[in-house]
Amino acid sequence: MKEPTDIGMNRTGIGTSPLDSKELIEAAEATVPSAEGDESGIAGLRMSYISESGILGTMPPPSTVKGAVKSVLDGLSAKNPAVFLDKLAERLQFERTGTRMYESVIAKFDALGGFDGGPSRETLLEFHDEELRHFHVLRSALESMGADPTALTPSADIAAVEASGLVQVLNDPRTTLPQSLHALLVAELADTEGWDMLIELATSLGHEAMADDFRDAMRAEEKHLAHVRQWVANHVMQDAEGTMEQAA
Amino acid sequence: MALDLTKEKGVALDAQEDFTWRDMVREPISKLNDDAFTRLRIILMNGLEMEANRFQHAFARMNAPMRADLARVRRIETHQQVLVNWLLPADQSPLETTIAYEQVAIEVTASLARLEPDPYIAQVLRFGLLEDFDHLYRYSALLDRLEGKDANAILQSYTDVLPGRPTVVEHRYPTDDLREPYDRTTAAPITKLVSLTILAGEQQTLNYYQNIGPLFSDPVARLLYAEIAHIEEQHVTQYEAIIDPNETWMEKWLLHECTEVWNYLACMEQESNARLKAIWERMVAYELGHLNHVMDLFRRVENRDPFEIIPTSLPERIKYMSHRDDVRQVLKNEVHLRSVGTQFVPVGQVPPDSPSIAYNRQINSAGSPSQTVAAGYVYTPGTELVKKAA
Repeated sequence: MKEPTDIGMNRTGIGTSPLDSKELIEAAEATVPSAEGDESGIAGLRMSYISESGILGTMPPPSTVKGAVKSVLDGLSAKNPAVFLDKLAERLQFERTGTRMYESVIAKFDALGGFDGGPSRETLLEFHDEELRHFHVLRSALESMGADPTALTPSADIAAVEASGLVQVLNDPRTTLPQSLHALLVAELADTEGWDMLIELATSLGHEAMADDFRDAMRAEEKHLAHVRQWVANHVMQDAEGTMEQAA
Repeated sequence: MALDLTKEKGVALDAQEDFTWRDMVREPISKLNDDAFTRLRIILMNGLEMEANRFQHAFARMNAPMRADLARVRRIETHQQVLVNWLLPADQSPLETTIAYEQVAIEVTASLARLEPDPYIAQVLRFGLLEDFDHLYRYSALLDRLEGKDANAILQSYTDVLPGRPTVVEHRYPTDDLREPYDRTTAAPITKLVSLTILAGEQQTLNYYQNIGPLFSDPVARLLYAEIAHIEEQHVTQYEAIIDPNETWMEKWLLHECTEVWNYLACMEQESNARLKAIWERMVAYELGHLNHVMDLFRRVENRDPFEIIPTSLPERIKYMSHRDDVRQVLKNEVHLRSVGTQFVPVGQVPPDSPSIAYNRQINSAGSPSQTVAAGYVYTPGTELVKKAA
């Protein structure tokens, strides 16, 4: 099977067809735009819609008595518990999608096999299980605060939109294992940032036991990030060295 | 709200040419905060506007003298379609929007089946309903297993997520999707409005799946959309067959406009979002304008009273509410039905030489995506991962 970095018939560059591209460029250079101006008009339109639009949505009301009481008590102490709940729900959504992401990568590994310096199936499975465990940690955290862990909060909604491109890359049967790992790297980078923020929030709000659980999760995520980063780097370097050998 | 069609003139056609791009492209609804039925109304009305557009194009292709009038009305329908469909938000993924399309197909069809006085047409509706009910279950499994999401964030607990008539058995030979038409001379007006509404909804669902299927990278999703889009094609075949083919083009145009008024009115009466309610009010007034324009044309072209075709006041509206009990009842009583030609029979009475048996065997011979995607799937709040130990 061909590798993505093999030389093939990619037609996308202007240099593919020198005669046609010359025509294209000359005609474009002779063009007078139909409207004067630059990109600032686009920014203006966007600003206009931004100033007129509402927001994506808000947090749900507390679904349990415990949640309602907590909401009132936190309100008395001038804390906004919804901020913490929103960030917990964001991480929960990400871990849930993350679990599915690792399932996609494992299918790719099973179909295509690994590479030197790349992941083993056991390691991928271990990371998958840890993503699932983190999902449960977050679910318990939300439940302990009287919140509904199934609610799609604004930050959770945005996290899902952000992850949607990664899901597309991972599930494309034409992407290679290293290409999938690159998508996973983006996910893990965002994930470690997310956990870092959660630990800080939990600590500042006095949820020490929760912060401890999150530190455990953070350590696992840092391990994921370090490994995925290394796998991606190993492949790129080997690929480059292989290419250089061929070129020589 | 009683609406006397002999008196209500709506907004005259000339006064409807007041659209701008900014007017059409407005702030979408909130996926998180708006009621699920607001989303359903947008999806159904987009389907009705799409049907208005496609019907009027077909009419124009076959009737040169009507082209100018059709072009004028059709352009406004197009503006309306953009105004309505662009109310869907972009944070709602194509798969989440699919969940909402199936919720339309369940809750709206259940309401239509209740409204429908002709027992055969009501049976046709319930037959289709159980198939769309199954599609919701399959797509919910895909949403859970592909994106790690809970379909209920879209459904808001109004609709059950359960297997219906399994998609794998829904694949029939084309002639087994044909149905008997209502008789234009004797059918109740509401039968005609119901029939056009369900046709419009199902046709847009077919369009939607055929368009977005290739947007997915996941082969399981691509396969599932291919499979379910085929059932939607079967449903369009079924629902267009219940409409009397002997209606004249002008009769059909009248009925289309009347159906739009009836539907926008239902939206207006039941809308919980004040911003959308104002849009629905405007659309009612515009559609009344179209209806009056077409009534005038009808008098001139066919030299007949349009109220021979449409009712003077609009019948009971679609109910935008959960039909959980109705649907469960239909599931219990009718899931075993299959169609043989235009008739419905228990699965045990399908003749062994039925062309649908051979068709089904062939199309599923390399596997069934809808079975694979939902193997072992049971809807669980928060996704099935909740039940998986780490």
